Amino acid sequence: MSEPLLELRDVTVRFGGLKAVSDFNFCVHRRELAGLIGPNGAGKTTIFNLITGVYRPTSGTICFEGKSVGGKKPYLITKRGIARTFQNIRLFGSMTVFDNVRAAFNMHLRHGIQHALWRGKGLAAEEAQIEQQVGELLEIFHLQDVRDATCTSLSYGDQRRLEIVRALATRPKLILLDEPAAGMNPTEKTELMELIRFVQEKFEIAVLLVEHDMRVVMGICQRIAAVDYGVKIAEGNPSEIKCDPAVIRAYLGVEDTATESETSK
Amino acid sequence: MFERHKVTLLAALAAIFVVSRFSGDIGPYYYQIILFIGINIILAVSLNLVNGYTGQFSLGHAGFMSVGAYAAATFTNYASVHWLGMLKPLGSFVSVSLLFGIALGLGGLAAGLAGVLVGIPSLRLKGDYLAIVTLGFGEIIKVVIENVDALGGARGLSVYAVYTNLFWVYAAATVTIYVVLNIVHSTYGRGFVMVRDDEIAAEAMGINTTKYKVLAFSLAAFFAGIAGGLYAHLTQYINPEGFNFLKSVDIVTMVILGGMGSTWGVVFAAVILTILPEWLRWLSERPFLPHWLAPLLENRMIPYSLLLILLMLLRPQGLFGRISFKRKHA
Amino acid sequence: MIEFVQQLINGLSLGAIYALIALGYTMVYGVLRFINFAHGDVFMVGAFAGLYVAPLVMRFSNGGPSWTGMFVILIFAMMICAILGIVIEKLAYRPLRNRPRLTVLITAIGVSLFLENFGQYAFGVDPQSFPDLIGDHAIDIPAWCGPFTDLTIMVSQVLVFAVTLFLLIALRFIVTKTKLGTAMRALSVNPTATSLMGVNNDVVISFTFGLGSALAGAAGILISIQQPSIDPLMGLQPGIKAFVAAVLGGIGNIPGAAMGGLLLGVIETLVVGYSDVLHIPPGYRDAVAFFLLILILLFKPTGLLGRVEREKV
Repeated sequence: MSEPLLELRDVTVRFGGLKAVSDFNFCVHRRELAGLIGPNGAGKTTIFNLITGVYRPTSGTICFEGKSVGGKKPYLITKRGIARTFQNIRLFGSMTVFDNVRAAFNMHLRHGIQHALWRGKGLAAEEAQIEQQVGELLEIFHLQDVRDATCTSLSYGDQRRLEIVRALATRPKLILLDEPAAGMNPTEKTELMELIRFVQEKFEIAVLLVEHDMRVVMGICQRIAAVDYGVKIAEGNPSEIKCDPAVIRAYLGVEDTATESETSK
Repeated sequence: MFERHKVTLLAALAAIFVVSRFSGDIGPYYYQIILFIGINIILAVSLNLVNGYTGQFSLGHAGFMSVGAYAAATFTNYASVHWLGMLKPLGSFVSVSLLFGIALGLGGLAAGLAGVLVGIPSLRLKGDYLAIVTLGFGEIIKVVIENVDALGGARGLSVYAVYTNLFWVYAAATVTIYVVLNIVHSTYGRGFVMVRDDEIAAEAMGINTTKYKVLAFSLAAFFAGIAGGLYAHLTQYINPEGFNFLKSVDIVTMVILGGMGSTWGVVFAAVILTILPEWLRWLSERPFLPHWLAPLLENRMIPYSLLLILLMLLRPQGLFGRISFKRKHA
Repeated sequence: MIEFVQQLINGLSLGAIYALIALGYTMVYGVLRFINFAHGDVFMVGAFAGLYVAPLVMRFSNGGPSWTGMFVILIFAMMICAILGIVIEKLAYRPLRNRPRLTVLITAIGVSLFLENFGQYAFGVDPQSFPDLIGDHAIDIPAWCGPFTDLTIMVSQVLVFAVTLFLLIALRFIVTKTKLGTAMRALSVNPTATSLMGVNNDVVISFTFGLGSALAGAAGILISIQQPSIDPLMGLQPGIKAFVAAVLGGIGNIPGAAMGGLLLGVIETLVVGYSDVLHIPPGYRDAVAFFLLILILLFKPTGLLGRVEREKV
């Protein structure tokens, strides 16, 4: 494969005395579907936050398209082409479905505040173009019927889908999905898997997924990294990960044969 | 939507000009109240940009008003003495208007600059802390003015002349409303509401939240400065105590009553809350009132504070607000 | 040098008052995560409670100063303030328990304004004189203290130190050794878990308010003994300053509040005392606290002893 799109090298982050992530090495390639798994508290969302600039790495580098993004402010990283969704859905509660997606076009605006006051032809044209693009996106993802509803009135599954659409509207090259299947029933999860595959193909972007549901992860990811206590314990394709002893140990624990033999002495 | 058109703005300004020609027929007491209503509209609408649309709770708006008031008054006092004579050939109307226009502009710019200076460090903070820091800055501004003799210190400052009239006040108010409405209802301006709803999500959408917050803050401060200048040239006397924390609370109350995030609601609230103290005072003088009730109404802060408490308990979104106040936000 | 010690003593005496008020702010913030804007006015009510009950109590000492009388008045004022604090919480803050913090903050501002203005209506706008409860005078410092004999230490200052120290120790005992105190600490960490442990959160919160308000009431009496002119707006400045002290020490942190109060009192007194050396006019006295506040919030918002609370993303 060509040079990686996103590369994390020896990334470590400390909070006070706690090392949340240690010497993490990983990369995601263009148009690749990668996954990040691990028990709760393993540091998966922390890694997402490091990539998107919410946290600053204590050491190590994070490079996107060859240029460093570690420690940059989140809005700059989004402008470079990395979008994300959140573990606890973060939609703009006071806005409609339409406006939530429209919000994503803000960063590409050519008309700023002075144009808002003058209200010339250029502004109107750009706003019309944005409205058209938003409408198209909503159509593709079957949200056009609820476009004027307040986003909080949507079902949980629809809200998650909306958050993904909103992230896509920023025209990213890489999208990070933080536990997108959380709270969904099996049917919704199957639909989600199709949605993610569809997104990856149609928009030709790379996807990095954090997910607990193994069926989802194994079903769509091409490459997976397993994390425990902030450290990468395994990496490979789904079948390799499934049999990896370190992964099994992290999720299921180990039979305590050592102490048994000791007490029987 | 039509209210945001340039045409509507010009038409409104023309209408105000015409009305102001007849304003001589209103009695002086009511004339003053009408002017105060206009000034309060500017203050409330500008603060609403920060508190209502951007969700940053500022408790120091009166501080920016005072910066504008003192800057404008100082300019007028100097310029009226030194330059008014030179401008006489242009006619008194033009020369005064020019002078006053510049004074107001300077007041606004000074206040806007203060807004940037206060905003940049403060806007890193959230909620309660931001409120207290802005309160602190308001107090600091007050204490500084009290200690500068050139500005009159605690004794106050007289202003050269009364230049404020109906046209100036309501033209400024109309422009304020026009600017705020247009900014907020543009795609760019939606960034403010994004910051209010969820800052972290806004950053993830490529919004420089610091820039938006400081922009809202300094723009609001600019208009507060204009309001201050108008106020100074109406009362012809200003002192630091008139721009204290209570004044900031007054403005905040208007924003809350109107409903944070609703410009017209806030305008309505400004009108009501300017008239209310006058009405209460009138009421307290009625002979049919039991004698113990009168002083409770005279001090408008007593019914005011109860109003605040009741508003928060019963209708925190104000009269026209649309934000949900039901659940604790993230 | 003597000058410095004198300023230090005056500063600590002022700081003790700030500390007592700051404790109320910090305890309420710890338990409810909100700034009780009305706390400074509870302090004022304490002073007035003392004013109104004093003539009654002093009848027993024929109108003259009496230490017993002073303690009775102190305890009475503390009780009145405790009740006031509990009532305010029940009526104005409890209904808003699940609303955004901003809503409660505005309500607190409303309560504060109401107390101040209603106080002006009820007690009159003009300052009133607080009776001399203990016959205040400067202590005779024995000659063997050498240069320190030139210091002016008032009996009231010693009283303030002693009472504050006692109350701090009592508070520490309550917070660490009693069930209610432990519940308070648990609540400040995790309210949901605490209620799941069988604790009645409402009772603990009322207790917290009562305790904090009682301390403010004590401060009200103590300051009235030192500066006998009281008026309904006397709570404004000390209230804000005590809040700054609480933030200085780390809001939510009890020893922090005490430390912050003492520190602020000393800094403020030193700035005024050495104003010519520092080239800061004494008129800027009240700005000192705000200036400190801004510095702290910009550089170490968690305060000197506080902990960082991260927002989960």
